Amino acid sequence: MAFGFDGAGLVQESARMELSDADLIAAVLRGDTASFEPLVAKYSPRVFATARRYARRDSEVEDIVQEVWGKAFQKLSSFRGEAPFEHWLMRLAVRTCYDFLREHQRNRESSFTDLTEPENEWLGQFVRAPEEAREDADAARQLVERLLAMLSPAARLVITLLEIEDRPVKEISVLTGWSVPLVKVRAFRARAELRKCLRRIAKEKYL
Amino acid sequence: MNLSELQNKLLAAARRNPPDSQVPYAFEKRIMARLTAMPKPSEWLAWSRALWFGAAACVAVALLTSVWPAQTTEEEDGRFSEGVEQSILASVDDFDGVQ
Repeated sequence: MAFGFDGAGLVQESARMELSDADLIAAVLRGDTASFEPLVAKYSPRVFATARRYARRDSEVEDIVQEVWGKAFQKLSSFRGEAPFEHWLMRLAVRTCYDFLREHQRNRESSFTDLTEPENEWLGQFVRAPEEAREDADAARQLVERLLAMLSPAARLVITLLEIEDRPVKEISVLTGWSVPLVKVRAFRARAELRKCLRRIAKEKYL
Repeated sequence: MNLSELQNKLLAAARRNPPDSQVPYAFEKRIMARLTAMPKPSEWLAWSRALWFGAAACVAVALLTSVWPAQTTEEEDGRFSEGVEQSILASVDDFDGVQ
């Protein structure tokens, strides 16, 4: 009897934590659904972090992550093992987040007129003395979230992956399924969209 | 207001604040409960979908090949049947020659 497997080919619970991703995936594909749980436990932090980049509120984060894991389970037989499972899973997560953004794009925020007081103060500080406006301020973080929420789904995805997570274009192409030229075109348009949104801030607040 | 500098500052703020990777309590259990309740994808279903797709392609080709000859003119029809007749009778002529 192979290590960790019982007579029915199912992995014993105690042995599951010792197995590699490939072994766990093989067990799931043989019908041992419970072997999927260690994969969920191991990679959920990363999937949650990705979902939190794109969700508008906390209640949506868990929905997105559940959908990612549901798709991963359904499509597990398509995992070839040529690259690490984590890479395959992150591709699925990014594309699920993109689909989520597209489904909810009609509800995008469209103005900076309802800024909070700290956000207004931060912007005012930036206008008076840009070097004194701190990047680690909560208000700055909230402002950038508002800005990203104003972008179209493709622009938001590209700006997040390229400018914030600092990923190379080739990696973005693999994650999104877009060709390298398409990523470059979308990056160009996304930067233009970002500048347009910032120009609107300047117009609304300071002109 | 220098918009480029504002953009750089805001993107730098986003980089400084990576999202939280915390997983809600008992999330794995909820996911597993959901997955075990999901219907398993059926291999037969995948095959039947592929076969239906193939059947649709065959029907399209059959329709195309039935419509295309109907577009030919009577003269072309005559030349076509003459050609078929010649091909069939060529073998008979050869046979007569051998005899």
